[in-house]
Amino acid sequence: MGKGGSQLKLDGDGKPLWLVLELTYRCPLKCPWCNNPLDYDEIRNELTTDEWKRVLRDARKIGSLQLGFSGGEPMLRPDLEELVEEGDKLGYYTNLITSGMGLTKERLIELKRCGLKQIQLSLQHSNKKKNDVMVGVESFDEKMSVIEEIKSQGFPVVLNVPLSRYNVDAVDDIIDMAARTGVEYIEFANIQYYNWALLNRAALLPTIEQIEYAEERVNRARERLGKSLTIYFVVPDYFDGRPKACMNGWGAIHLTIAPDGSALPCQEAQVLDGVEFPNVRDHDLGWIWHQSPAFEMYRGNSWMKKPCVDCDEKEKDFGGCRCQAYLLTGDATNTDPACSKSRHFDIIQSAVEAARINQMPQMPLVMRSRGAINGKMKLIKP
Amino acid sequence: MTSSNAPFALNERPEINPVFLFRWEEQEQAYLLLYPEGIIKLNDSAGNILKLCDGERTIETIVAELKVLFGNDNIEGDVYNFMEVAHGKGWITAKA
Ligand SMILES: C[S@@+](CC[C@H](N)C(=O)[O-])C[C@H]1O[C@@H](n2cnc3c(N)ncnc32)[C@H](O)[C@@H]1O
Ligand code: SF4
Ligand code: SF4
Repeated sequence: MGKGGSQLKLDGDGKPLWLVLELTYRCPLKCPWCNNPLDYDEIRNELTTDEWKRVLRDARKIGSLQLGFSGGEPMLRPDLEELVEEGDKLGYYTNLITSGMGLTKERLIELKRCGLKQIQLSLQHSNKKKNDVMVGVESFDEKMSVIEEIKSQGFPVVLNVPLSRYNVDAVDDIIDMAARTGVEYIEFANIQYYNWALLNRAALLPTIEQIEYAEERVNRARERLGKSLTIYFVVPDYFDGRPKACMNGWGAIHLTIAPDGSALPCQEAQVLDGVEFPNVRDHDLGWIWHQSPAFEMYRGNSWMKKPCVDCDEKEKDFGGCRCQAYLLTGDATNTDPACSKSRHFDIIQSAVEAARINQMPQMPLVMRSRGAINGKMKLIKP
Repeated sequence: MTSSNAPFALNERPEINPVFLFRWEEQEQAYLLLYPEGIIKLNDSAGNILKLCDGERTIETIVAELKVLFGNDNIEGDVYNFMEVAHGKGWITAKA
């Protein structure tokens, strides 16, 4: 039988293995790092249940396997259970990505019956007061009881903790709480600075020392806890000198469908002004994935300029994130400025430097909320 | 199994960790292991071994069935190696 059993990781092979449905942008919380669009409130025409089901069927045909229900807060959709059931029947591994708000015992039982496999729950702090201030709504107690209820229904859980200077102090306590409640995975997520997070970057970005502290605590916990709890921690691109391999490349393995049916190579892609993203209401999903101009735009290497085009790391990081390149340098075909080889690297370095001096508690934070900023104001290009 | 590094005994019944979803995927013509953070496409032999890890069959039965399936009497070593790897990665657990 040859080699006993080497396993192959799927590299995608041109298929959108990861499908994320952003069922709604509505949400009861006000996280000031939220990566939803700044003008989320203007997007009202959410896909109907039948339209989402069609997306599920069509995406299976082009090879999607992992399915995430996200948002906004997906619990706000009363048809979530029905969509999970459809996804499970079609053969997806179904994940729910939630703040936990509205995830009642009754709905958990029904979700289990419908075939939901796993739940990712976002948590901000181990301290009730701090947690609630960070998301602008009283939510800590509900999240804690939801975690317990999820575990008693037997779901595997990923805790998602976006790290900022407001919660590096909570790393140990969150790990202990997770170990105590039987959570299987914690992801200390780097805040990605788009949309609300970019707006609030000066107030959120931690210092290098804070990142090192968090990493050290994580390593200690890994030694202590062994296999019972898996902790993901990746040094953020801002501190690494190299960009992240964003989405494994544009249009490579990832497909997000926004609440109104816009098909996106990544959930941030709408920050790219002037790119027209095809809508599942108007186009065949196979065409969207394989042929639409938006998905072809930054696929592969042909769009690359120097230094990426000559760089032997381009198969590793694909030149980084197009959205970050666009937002910070004004041109999406530039090298991601998080790369030390980028001529815009100083933009990242100065933000990292500024994090040292911006540490006063009264730094203003703009909470994600309707009307907090004027979504209609557009910069006039010089 | 409680002690995480103990080798499998013949009377143990390995089963797929419930965090993972193991199934045949027509489009890949392969068995897959799907889990929260990823997808693993298994080669033929790995898929056939895991298919038998149903919490019912003992290691002894599994090896016997695989010998027939592969038409080869010398596969114990390979099967055990794979099971150790799979156990180390948390794909399978075993109960007595
Ligand atoms: C946008 S939320 C939507 C689902 C749900 N409302 C929730 O909070 O889980 C999806 C995930 O992204 C994380 N997240 C939000 N903003 C982020 C950012 N700027 N960078 C990285 N992760 C972020 C959240 O913690 C959450 O785990
Ligand atoms: S990150 Fe916070 S504000 Fe954004 S969708 Fe999730 S819970 Fe809502
Ligand atoms: S130059 Fe481009 S390809 Fe090379 S490491 Fe930097 S971002 Fe990656």
